[in-house]
Amino acid sequence: MGPLQIGLSILCGVVVLQLAVLIVRDLRPGRVTYVLLGLLELGLVGVLVLGLRRVFGDHEGVSVATYVAYLVGALFILPLATGWAWAERSRNGTAVLLVAVLVIPVLFLRLHDIWATHV
Amino acid sequence: MSEPAPVEGYAHETGRGFGRVLVFVYGVLAFAASGRASFELLAKFSDAPVPYGLSVLAAVVYVVATWALATNRRRVALLAVCFELVGVLAVGFGSLLWTSKFPEASVWSDFGIGYGCVPLVLPLVGLWWILRGSR
Repeated sequence: MGPLQIGLSILCGVVVLQLAVLIVRDLRPGRVTYVLLGLLELGLVGVLVLGLRRVFGDHEGVSVATYVAYLVGALFILPLATGWAWAERSRNGTAVLLVAVLVIPVLFLRLHDIWATHV
Repeated sequence: MSEPAPVEGYAHETGRGFGRVLVFVYGVLAFAASGRASFELLAKFSDAPVPYGLSVLAAVVYVVATWALATNRRRVALLAVCFELVGVLAVGFGSLLWTSKFPEASVWSDFGIGYGCVPLVLPLVGLWWILRGSR
């Protein structure tokens, strides 16, 4: 994984901890959480740009369609989760955000695996 | 400030409470499986029709389960989740026993190990949630 993806994965860990505290204390996400989620989304835009630049280079053996689908799909996870969680402001809504943030590092690993087929 | 009283049956809707989390997880799997199945179907279906066909089936099941759970269609959700459990177990055992039939992995191969075994655990949680709410 690149430095941006490693940095974002660490940020995901921080957000997951913050969301876990909110769930345990039965509190709702506030401005801090949404700013952190916004930063993650911005980071995902950066990952998309860097990924597309990579795709235009040497990529023999890489499934470009799958790689780009993962890059673009990652952008939708946090907005969809935020909308879905917003409709039910409860512990479960906060848990939806937690699951969404956990999915991001998994996507990075998948992107890494897809690119690792590059020969 | 007090919350408005829930309407009758509201708390037992499959997309409410913990169901909200469940629907989201199903949605993520539906998205991942649909993307994978579309690519396999369009780009390389003839290479390994059995596993790729099963990936398409898995994607359809996840989409149906997500929709049914989100819209409180309990019977459809139950059917989809039962089908999913049988599919994961059948394909999981099949991919281990008849490796020649599975030259390429499908979503449910090796009990969904490619997705962290979430496909194996999810239908069990889904069944618990659907049946719990029906009591």
